[in-house]
Amino acid sequence: MNVIKQIRRNDQPIYLDYQATTPMDPRVLEAMLPYFTYKFGNPHSRSHSYGWEAEEGVEKARGQVAKLIGADEKEVIFTSGATESNNLAIRGVAEFYKDRKNHIVTTVTEHKCVLDTCRHLEQSGFEVTYLPVQKNGLVDLEVLRNAITDKTVVVSIMAVNNEIGVIQPLEEIGRICREKKVFFHTDAAQAAGKIPLDVEKMNIDLMSISGHKIYGPKGIGALYVRRKPRVRLVPLIVGGGQERGFRSGTLPTPLCVGLGEAAEICMKEMDGEAKRLKKLQERMLEGLQSKLTEIVVNGDLEHRIPGNLNISFAYVEGESLMMGIKGLSVSSGSACTSASLEPSYVLRALGVEEEMAHTSLRIGLGRFTTEQEVDTAVDELVRHVNKLRAMSPLWEMAQEGIDLKSIEWAAH
Amino acid sequence: MSYSEKLIDHYENPRNIGSLDKNSGDVGTGLVGAPACGDVMKLQIRVGADGLIEDAKFKTFGCGSAIASSSLVTEWVKGKTIDEAETIKNTDIARHLALPPVKIHCSVLAEDAIKAAIADYRAKTAKKIEEPNTEEPRHAAE
Amino acid sequence: MVTAYSYLDHNATSPLRPAALDAMVEALHAGGNPSSVHRPGRAARARIDKARRQVAALVGALPGEVVFTSGGTEANNIALHGHQRVLVSAIEHESVLKAVPGAACIPVDGNGVLDLAALERMLTSKPSLVSVMFANNETGVIQPIAEVVRLARASGALVHCDAVQAAGKVPVDLHGLGVDYLSLSAHKLGGPTGVGALVVREGVPLVTDRFGGGQESYRRAGTENVAGIAGFGAAAEASRDGLDVAALRERIEASLPGRVYGAAAPRLPNTTCLSMPGVKAETQVMALDLAGVAVSAGSACSSGKVNRSAVLTAMGVEPAEAETAIRISCGWNTVFEDIERLITAWQGLYTRVGRSDITSAARRAA
Repeated sequence: MNVIKQIRRNDQPIYLDYQATTPMDPRVLEAMLPYFTYKFGNPHSRSHSYGWEAEEGVEKARGQVAKLIGADEKEVIFTSGATESNNLAIRGVAEFYKDRKNHIVTTVTEHKCVLDTCRHLEQSGFEVTYLPVQKNGLVDLEVLRNAITDKTVVVSIMAVNNEIGVIQPLEEIGRICREKKVFFHTDAAQAAGKIPLDVEKMNIDLMSISGHKIYGPKGIGALYVRRKPRVRLVPLIVGGGQERGFRSGTLPTPLCVGLGEAAEICMKEMDGEAKRLKKLQERMLEGLQSKLTEIVVNGDLEHRIPGNLNISFAYVEGESLMMGIKGLSVSSGSACTSASLEPSYVLRALGVEEEMAHTSLRIGLGRFTTEQEVDTAVDELVRHVNKLRAMSPLWEMAQEGIDLKSIEWAAH
Repeated sequence: MSYSEKLIDHYENPRNIGSLDKNSGDVGTGLVGAPACGDVMKLQIRVGADGLIEDAKFKTFGCGSAIASSSLVTEWVKGKTIDEAETIKNTDIARHLALPPVKIHCSVLAEDAIKAAIADYRAKTAKKIEEPNTEEPRHAAE
Repeated sequence: MVTAYSYLDHNATSPLRPAALDAMVEALHAGGNPSSVHRPGRAARARIDKARRQVAALVGALPGEVVFTSGGTEANNIALHGHQRVLVSAIEHESVLKAVPGAACIPVDGNGVLDLAALERMLTSKPSLVSVMFANNETGVIQPIAEVVRLARASGALVHCDAVQAAGKVPVDLHGLGVDYLSLSAHKLGGPTGVGALVVREGVPLVTDRFGGGQESYRRAGTENVAGIAGFGAAAEASRDGLDVAALRERIEASLPGRVYGAAAPRLPNTTCLSMPGVKAETQVMALDLAGVAVSAGSACSSGKVNRSAVLTAMGVEPAEAETAIRISCGWNTVFEDIERLITAWQGLYTRVGRSDITSAARRAA
């Protein structure tokens, strides 16, 4: 069954937004299809072969996900996505241990669903420390160490940032958490399948994974929950008691199978893909830097996944640039907040000035990005940045040598 | 969120981009907005001897709606007296370009820009009347 | 795949309708995050909007009243979330029963129909919410929802109705009934697993318990399962006329001598809950599976071992008898041939095992 022969139709824009979502790998869809059609059973039906067949598919997928992160398959539970996984991990653990501990440590650059969950917990009496990040987007380990108290129940720090792609020092964070005897949760939605993850080596107790960020389907994710030493959670969704009681609801077999297959492909192809993407990332950056002045990469370039660039094009407002580069699908800020027009809180946390934050684009490269697409993207970006700078009053002033900071702007 | 054809046309083919000599006596310049807020508009008008706006130019740092709003305003003010130009309302701009609700502030900024340019021009003329050696009497004699 | 196999377990999950598969494959092809403002993002958003209209039309709701979820369980959980004093019927799905642990249970009568007099009495405790399912998953018995709404409304309570088993089989009309929250599941009506909806009548509050992006108008955070939602929409549209399977069920019930539970009450046209005297349900489902017929004992959602049916117990059925009941549920692709296979297999088992079991049981009793 070869369902999709081509990833992109010619009339579609070049997709450079791989941190928002990824196209599904055709191999994943092929693995899923039988479970939509003739293997459609309810995996919880114990009384007939349809149910058994579906259960087999689900359990194989669980094993594939576990393998990707060095876990045991019993430690993986399926959820509806990384948002639910993050909600469940943080709230579940906080509420279970609330009689003894009431403090949570996280960072200011976490995904919105982590920050919102923490804010909600604050309203119900928990204390939350939001760690700042350094200029390069990374957590200062000493600051982390000092933030942990004997009331701390969990440290939640994302593995890879969704806007700037920087990789946090997970092994060191894990070591500190283990030493201080607090749980370590990491939102690995952007990291799983892209960088090697090992829950044992990194001392991770809870890890959130998303299907659609790793070339799998939307509507499915996973949460790794350590068994030794055991992490206990209060479930968010109750009912039939599926998924070790952590998450009730009929499992969507085809989606589970898709996530499993996606995880396996990522694991097999991770090394080669990372090298290929690194070259594309360099090609993109060198292409832009050779043709444009005054562009700045936000976030650390070394500790970064190769599939991400976040660039400020000084004096060009990001949204107008996005509107111009119609042949490219990129994003300004993260997809969840890009409709809100506010400059990215992640960039602000890095100390990027607001006027520069307004000029930033997130460019996401991935499995199906080609060299030719990168070249086309560079050309189109250069053309539009030049066009917009020609009509930018700020660019004009800068060229005239006027210091923009010397002007008294009327905020509105 | 989708944009109207008129808006896209003004964004893709902006009218009257450029700058006039801001030191010239018959040019009024308005600079509104702030880089930190994500939009800055510079709008300039040149007023002819007959009191009509004979040229208008703009430069804008901002989203597509901000660019389109300022482009549209430069078209509208040409040929008008400054009193007429002053009556342009942001709601007219927003309606003409069918701005989505989250973009209404762009039309407000464009209205502010034209008002600022007019105020600048008026301030310059007022100064000229106070100073005897201006061209003003010559205009009046013609 | 065994060709001679009849799937009669649609209340557990219904196979995907072709229209739903088409819509999903199309959506999977297109990709895109519906929160992104670029073209692929907007196309994904448009697919969700279309599905929202299709699902709304199925249950007489407005598109803006539909909140997509990961399934019926989550929909039931969210609906009950934030309500402290709740009345639930004794035959609700576990995802309702466990959502509010202290909830008081409204009894049902011998036919599995809610006891309205009891509800009226219990309403004096001034609950904030009454949760009664539209139709029961095990017996198919349809509940007097309009009456429940009338009584609840009079005492100032909101009404949640779990319509997971009813939607797409019989007409469901949110505004006609005046229900405040309605739960739906895609895979029970020929859509995919992993997607459902909570329909919230305009103006009725919903306390969200999931935090993150502002998806679903801030009512349910998380990137939308676009393909699943598109499949749900297509399945909802395809099942708008309900299930035309009453003739199949009549044939089953006329041919098999076991007791049919809830027979005297209005029921879904596709569900038969039937006992085979003296034969444990587990024995029946295994034997029927070998004979090429899939049915179920109890509800499939109790992952783990099959428990004795709480529904039949609530109806006053003796435990020993309840253990002999199986559920047969037809669906959109069930044909007469499937029913004939069931009847032959059931009767074969009954003559082979049933009577000898009864005899041995009688011997033991003696």
